[in-house]
Amino acid sequence: MQVSSAIREPLITGGKTMHDVSEDISRQVEGKPAPLWWIAFGISFVLLCYGFYCVCMLEWVGIGVWGLNKTVGWAWDITNFVWWVGIGHAGTLISAILLLFRQRWRMSINRAAEAMTIFAVICAASFPAFHMGRLWVGFYWALPLPNAFGSLWVNFNSPLLWDVFAISTYFTVSLVFWYMGLIPDFAVIRDRAVRAGNKVRAQIYNGLSFGWSGGARTWMRYESVALILAGLSTPLVLSVHTIVSMDFATSVIPGWHTTIFPPYFVAGAIFSGFAMVLTLLLVTRKVFKLEDYITIYHIELMNIIIIITGSIVGIAYITEFFIAWYGQVPAESYAFINRATGPYWWAYWSMMTCNVISPQLFWIKKIRTSIVATFVLSIVVNIGMWFERFVIIVTSLHRDYLPSSWAMFYPTRFDVGQYLFTFGLFFTAFLLFAKFFPVVNMAEIKSIIKSTSEKKHHG
Amino acid sequence: MDSNKNYLVGIFDDEDVLLHAVEQIRDKGVRIEEVYSPFPVHGLDEVLGYTRSRLPIAAFLFGLTGTSLALLMQIWMLGYDWPMIIGGKNYASLPPFIPVTFELTVLLSALGMVATFLIVSDMKPYKWPIPFDLRSTDDKHAMAIDLASNKLSKEEIRSILKDSGAQEINEKNF
Repeated sequence: MQVSSAIREPLITGGKTMHDVSEDISRQVEGKPAPLWWIAFGISFVLLCYGFYCVCMLEWVGIGVWGLNKTVGWAWDITNFVWWVGIGHAGTLISAILLLFRQRWRMSINRAAEAMTIFAVICAASFPAFHMGRLWVGFYWALPLPNAFGSLWVNFNSPLLWDVFAISTYFTVSLVFWYMGLIPDFAVIRDRAVRAGNKVRAQIYNGLSFGWSGGARTWMRYESVALILAGLSTPLVLSVHTIVSMDFATSVIPGWHTTIFPPYFVAGAIFSGFAMVLTLLLVTRKVFKLEDYITIYHIELMNIIIIITGSIVGIAYITEFFIAWYGQVPAESYAFINRATGPYWWAYWSMMTCNVISPQLFWIKKIRTSIVATFVLSIVVNIGMWFERFVIIVTSLHRDYLPSSWAMFYPTRFDVGQYLFTFGLFFTAFLLFAKFFPVVNMAEIKSIIKSTSEKKHHG
Repeated sequence: MDSNKNYLVGIFDDEDVLLHAVEQIRDKGVRIEEVYSPFPVHGLDEVLGYTRSRLPIAAFLFGLTGTSLALLMQIWMLGYDWPMIIGGKNYASLPPFIPVTFELTVLLSALGMVATFLIVSDMKPYKWPIPFDLRSTDDKHAMAIDLASNKLSKEEIRSILKDSGAQEINEKNF
């Protein structure tokens, strides 16, 4: 009873049945991890340990271990923070916005993309948290808690505080949304464990699935919850990067003080997020043999989103430059000329090459359907997006109002170490997720398999 | 869980057959306890005669709570408890309070709705569902009919199930 559409490419190839879906996706949870998994886990864990040492040094000594100076008081930490938050945005776009637009291709990739969101937001949040220096008193500075400073409250007028609320809400809601999606799939693994007689696994996964039954009444409520969570997450994700951009846009610093920032940051976030989704999924589909679920068609569609958002980002760069000239504010014009031709010209032109020129290659069908090209370009885009934040933050700060205060920023090994810490954390968490949780949403794939699966050809 | 209930469990492997079957079976006056599926079958809630979920209302009310709490908190803290002039604005000026208000609205709405969902669906980590058919999370739809709550005899229900297209009919006691 499988029907294939004449106009759309199949989303699931290999003539899969519902049982095949359960088999293929549960297999990696039930079996022993591949040697490749152990190698990747080992490397990530070593990074995490080295990074942890750097974080401990930071807490012990203070943020003086970083390369910050009186002029450049924000550098790698905030660059990395914005970079990681941006990466997280693709997960929510895929799971929430594409759900509202009823894009069924999201179903193969939403689980892994949402996991990426959650880990990326944890990595992002670690930067402002550690930047506060004394983490243990940071709670009073960041949250409206009664405190010993004569009940002096946090400043609700500050975008930095809005960020605290935006990031923590975003993290919590994404986690809940992701977990809701996992519940029916945990039940699949539980029932398979019961049938295989594995009592321990059955108990663990039943706990994780909250005793999911799959009854029609529960499914009905579940679908309504999923739809509302998608509806809530959509404005939420847009608000998060808008607020992140306001950290800069509301301060009176040439190069930061621009009203274009919110949409420009949101587009950039989705752009870099999709690049990271591609980097991760191209590896995941290979290691876990998911080629039938995450097809070239999925990769092509994601590359198309990269072209669109990459072009929006390109237009934003050009608009900023145009307005700097058209606005005729000398400080503003100088900030932009200095970006392109000053001491950080290499960062600016790396950003322009990686973000504006490289995604345009995806107009060529051969490139956007090539796995190797997509993998390389996805990394190039993420390098470019890191430079974008570095350019915005450091080049705007390093030329202070008085030439006597002009300075350059040089990272120390603790700046690098803290960045490596987040990489270690991110990949360790992602690998654990890929081992213990089903990486593809089985229930959703099963709901579309009849209409979008490739026809089975019996010999 | 009541002790010793007798069930007939019809197994279906296609959702379209299932939807027709539910209609037919209910038309013949058989009371279906519940249908268990590996994925959400669209239209199943309608043919089973379920009323729409009121969870959206819960979400709205939780959201409203979030909005009010956030506004009250900010106006009280910055407007009354420790008033300070920031940027030459009023003590309690509304526009800068909007972002936090929005975030808390979303947060409370999402958390409250999901908590309500778990409570009304009676879902807890230590609770096990009744295993009508373990394949109902894999690739089969299982229709559970409680014999005690039906007037028709077991054999009559069995033949109705068979006519409606059930692949297997199993008898289960729990």
